[in-house]
Amino acid sequence: MLLIRHFEEALVALHEQGHFSGHYHVYIGQEATGVPALADLAPDDALFATHRNHGHLLARGADPGRLFAEILGRRDGYNKGKGGTFHIAAAGLGFYHTTGIVGGNIPLATGAAYAAKTRGTGALSVCLFGDGAMEEGAAPEAFNIASLWKLPVLFLCENNGKYGANKAVGAAQSSTMAAYPLTELPGLYKIPAVQIDGTDVGAVFNAVSEATGRIRRGEGPQFIEAQSVRWPGSEGNWPVLPVATNVNLAWDASPVPESKRDWYRSSDPVLIFIRELVAAGVATREQIAEVEKSVKAEISQAVQFALASPFPEPAEALRDVFA
Amino acid sequence: MRQMAYFEAKLEALREIISADESVHFISDIGTGFLGLSEHRVRFGEIARDFPDRVIAPPISELAFCGLAIGAAMSGLRPVVDLITASFAFEAWPQIINEAANARYMSGGQTQAPVVFHLLHGLRGAGAAQHSQSPQAMLWNCPGLEIVLPASPRDVKGLLKTAVASNNPTVFIDHVLLFECMGDVSENDAAIPFGQAEIKRKGADVTVVATSYMVQRSLAVAEQLAKEGIDVEVVDPRTIVPLDFATIMASVEKTGRVVVVDECHMSCGVAAEIVARIAESGFDKLKAPMRRVATLDVPVPYSPPLEDFISPTEARIAQAIRATMN
Repeated sequence: MLLIRHFEEALVALHEQGHFSGHYHVYIGQEATGVPALADLAPDDALFATHRNHGHLLARGADPGRLFAEILGRRDGYNKGKGGTFHIAAAGLGFYHTTGIVGGNIPLATGAAYAAKTRGTGALSVCLFGDGAMEEGAAPEAFNIASLWKLPVLFLCENNGKYGANKAVGAAQSSTMAAYPLTELPGLYKIPAVQIDGTDVGAVFNAVSEATGRIRRGEGPQFIEAQSVRWPGSEGNWPVLPVATNVNLAWDASPVPESKRDWYRSSDPVLIFIRELVAAGVATREQIAEVEKSVKAEISQAVQFALASPFPEPAEALRDVFA
Repeated sequence: MRQMAYFEAKLEALREIISADESVHFISDIGTGFLGLSEHRVRFGEIARDFPDRVIAPPISELAFCGLAIGAAMSGLRPVVDLITASFAFEAWPQIINEAANARYMSGGQTQAPVVFHLLHGLRGAGAAQHSQSPQAMLWNCPGLEIVLPASPRDVKGLLKTAVASNNPTVFIDHVLLFECMGDVSENDAAIPFGQAEIKRKGADVTVVATSYMVQRSLAVAEQLAKEGIDVEVVDPRTIVPLDFATIMASVEKTGRVVVVDECHMSCGVAAEIVARIAESGFDKLKAPMRRVATLDVPVPYSPPLEDFISPTEARIAQAIRATMN
């Protein structure tokens, strides 16, 4: 979780320094969903992520240097610089195809589940998407097929809009989605669906383990809505860091500007987990600070690797269109 | 050599393909599988009956079942999806265009999606605007898709085999008016490689480049014009991605006169692209302005005389060929 946090914060800095120019999305605030959710998967399970994929890749063990290189459009990026932030694929980790089209991965993950089921591999497919994807027609169409054909797919909806000021209207959670809670939509297609706190590592791990257990026993698709509170750094069009995270914020949020402090004090999943670890006696503050130090060193090295990686030769643009 | 009807050759190919490879799945309505509303459509049921685990009928959800096929293809299967009428592909456009076409490139070559999308395109008679589309030019504008347009019994069988064996996403665009066409199909015909045009009729005076059902229509016109002393060569690219431009250009260099016949709408259609390439590569070889014969730029009307008026009919093809001779 700290690796993801410091990766994303370093990325914001790289953007501000002009090392890449495109639009991008960070995973800050959702670390407690992706990390425990992916912890219990098998090596041959397939994963289909979205434009907000950096955290998922890192949680699955991707090399931060190659991730940075891809986002910076460099030759050593996972996709040779052809995908960029929205499309990072790492086939060796089960990320065959990462779509930047909201909802586009829901039928694809369903298809990977169809392949796993008909080939009898025992693998399952994990579809990671945001609450907005539920508004696309692809979602209910794929839910219907997944349920009809009892496909081994976990639909993990990361709703990072809990209490979202821009979206909430009246009794509904969202101004753009009439179906609420979101679990009602898969529920209509007879897919077991639960709503959980996506900032609670234990809750996420337990819910995902239970769901994948049912999937592997042949009970068909499962749906989880993991809620988190939107990180205040993504209020504008581009991510802006209210503060550089360090583990001491877990006990003293005063370095955070007052208007953003509430989130760090009560909704930041990394800081919540740190407080939990210390309170439970699993680790001391000092030990966690040591972990953070080594994570920061790793990120610093990864940034250097990416900056040193050359841009691709222009002729590379003409390769990989066809097999 | 056997004489076979086009639909028989297609059914034979489908059966041989699903028999030969366990990873092939047909995602298709059972009642119309790959034969649209033709009277032969029930014959697909025989294949569905023999391969119940690998022929699956989806709900009316083109977006989801095309995406499902792509995701399955990324995970080791070779799905063949029947979208029935080509216009229905627009319901699945986000998956075909945004996902399948881009998957290999966007991933830097890590991922392949060996899926086949089967469509029935074109003016079939009384299809009106929403059941008569020819989306091949739109698809040609999306790099990453192979595009196949068979026009004979031998071609439909050989090209279908290559399409399913291909590691690229392939759009197999068939035409219901070809189904009764007869032709030679040998017992042991091999797959026909993509990117190999075929001279369907040799001639010295005018090169007609035609695709799909327009090949058969152009051949009929060529026979009529032979009586007027015009010797027409008919070139069938068979696949437009990849395109065998060398064979087209060799014919153009021989005749110096070009008509391109295709059922897309005129503007930015397949004919437009082929004419543009010939103009760039061989303008100095031309003895007369090139002509396009395509569907006029209006939505397809229902009433028969209206539909006929906007179609690339035999009369319009003949008129275009004569014009290049003047």
